[in-house]
Amino acid sequence: MTTYTLRSKRRRSALRTAAFMAPWLVGFGVFFAYPLVSTVYFSLMRYDGLNPPTWRGLDNWTYVFSDLPKFWPALQNTLWLAVVMVTCRVVFGLGVGMIATRVKTGTGVFRTLFYLPYLAPPVAATLAFVFLLNPGTGPVNALLEAVGIPAPSWFNDAAWAKPALTVLAVWGVGDLMVIFMAALLDVPKEQYEAAELDGASAWQRFRFVTLPNIAPIVLFAVVTGIIGAMQYYTQPIVAAKVASGVIGGSGQTFEPGHPDDSTLTLPQLVYTLGFGRFDYGAACVVALVLFALSMACTALLMRRRGGLIGSGD
Amino acid sequence: MSTSTVLDRPRDGRAAGPAGSAARTARRKALLHWIAVHSLAVAAALFFVLPFVFVLLTSLMSDAQALTRDLTPNTWHPENYVKVFETPGFLTWWRNSLLYAGLGTLLVVVSSVPVAYALAKFRFRGRHLSLLLVVATMMLPPQVVLIPMYLFWAKQMDLSGTLWPLLIPMAFGDAFAIFLLRQFLLTIPDEYIEAARIDGCGELRTLLRIVLPMAKPGIAAVALFQFFYCWNDYFGPQIYASENPAAWTLSYGLESFKGAHHTDWNLTMAATVLVMAPVILVFFFAQKAFVEGVTLTGVKG
Repeated sequence: MTTYTLRSKRRRSALRTAAFMAPWLVGFGVFFAYPLVSTVYFSLMRYDGLNPPTWRGLDNWTYVFSDLPKFWPALQNTLWLAVVMVTCRVVFGLGVGMIATRVKTGTGVFRTLFYLPYLAPPVAATLAFVFLLNPGTGPVNALLEAVGIPAPSWFNDAAWAKPALTVLAVWGVGDLMVIFMAALLDVPKEQYEAAELDGASAWQRFRFVTLPNIAPIVLFAVVTGIIGAMQYYTQPIVAAKVASGVIGGSGQTFEPGHPDDSTLTLPQLVYTLGFGRFDYGAACVVALVLFALSMACTALLMRRRGGLIGSGD
Repeated sequence: MSTSTVLDRPRDGRAAGPAGSAARTARRKALLHWIAVHSLAVAAALFFVLPFVFVLLTSLMSDAQALTRDLTPNTWHPENYVKVFETPGFLTWWRNSLLYAGLGTLLVVVSSVPVAYALAKFRFRGRHLSLLLVVATMMLPPQVVLIPMYLFWAKQMDLSGTLWPLLIPMAFGDAFAIFLLRQFLLTIPDEYIEAARIDGCGELRTLLRIVLPMAKPGIAAVALFQFFYCWNDYFGPQIYASENPAAWTLSYGLESFKGAHHTDWNLTMAATVLVMAPVILVFFFAQKAFVEGVTLTGVKG
């Protein structure tokens, strides 16, 4: 009798769990697991969306790695963004966070102003920056030249396009600022007082008190930043379209990367292979490279003890 | 946090003797510190605000002046905004954006809350694995499954040219929303839920009557994030709606607006302001919930 009720109770709780989890279980299967397996399948096929798929084996893979001239620049750009853009955002976000926690007058106004650009819709923000950094008509180069600094061509110069995107990314650093502010305010005051009594300089207080205390948040910002860099799509493609003057309306396709593939990233390569060239096989190969890179970063994020999701147990 | 600053320093600063001079040095140091911090803050504020200012000023210039390097308008042209609204399609894009963002937010919240609740409060086998998979999907670039998803929606369901391929998946929970809500629900003490159960409250009623009212700030944050995500989404409409301008959203249409007005930077900047404005207005009304949400994603690290 006891075992029976226990079992029925257990079955009821399993049913309850299944009912609550149902939306995600279905969604995970239909919109994640199935298409992921399907991506692996298409990476081994020749398929253009019109003729039925035919077996191609690993030829798509050798094509992407050795015969697709755009693959290595795209990978390189994605890694460049993961290193340089993420570093700039973290350093700047921490700096702005420190300023925001120390400001005593007009605190609320400053914090709101620092945060606002993060909210600007990416397409709008990119359009704005292409205009602001426009070599001919933009105010930034006008100001630079007025003070005698040689002004680059930004989005129209292969060497300056990624730095220009980095400036745009740093402008929207509000999300990191808020996270760093919360972490900085959590550093125990006594540790600063003790360090001060020991005669520590400002740099030493930062190095030996602040940094160790906020290290987990810095790591979080770095890893999520890298994951964001893997998905970096809207800003470079819009910037390239607007700066090159080639904007497709309906039905037109555009080869991203202007100028000279300097802003081409892996997600854009998936798009242009699939929807520009209708080479779904090669597009799926690049998608799987992107998958492997993202999962490696995610594993890094979740491996550390008491990490992102550890707090619940 | 101590709020004492040089501004409310004691007035009796003229105390004689060595103690007084030490206090004076300390005060001077504090004043220098105050000046340094606030100069940096002003510099940073200029960096963050000037782009908005230049965009706004350019949006009020004449066509010809927008092509010069002038920083401020010689003559003011607020009618640029009227012209933007009169552009064919602009109002349709606006309506589509509201529909996409509104419906998307509703679907994501309704479908994600029960999943997040189960992950936060139920004990079951596979709970940890489910959570890992939620985080993994959250981190995945959407382009990874792009080709099969596109083929599914376009060839099998014949839904390309609409926003439905973007909206339907939102009825099945969004990984980021589930994760964020779960983090929030963890902070609600189990005792409330236990008490409701003891009183004979069913699971669904416990969720609706007890948990939801306490989770309002978390739900508000998730709703805001989702609304902004849809409003800002460019990739989704580009893939599924690009062939049909009647289904474009503001974020996608803005780019073609630039294409159609390629030398009219003033009109383009006016349109840019009109795309930015709603988001910033929503932020001012819901500032607290939003900042709380951003913090929530990070503080558990």
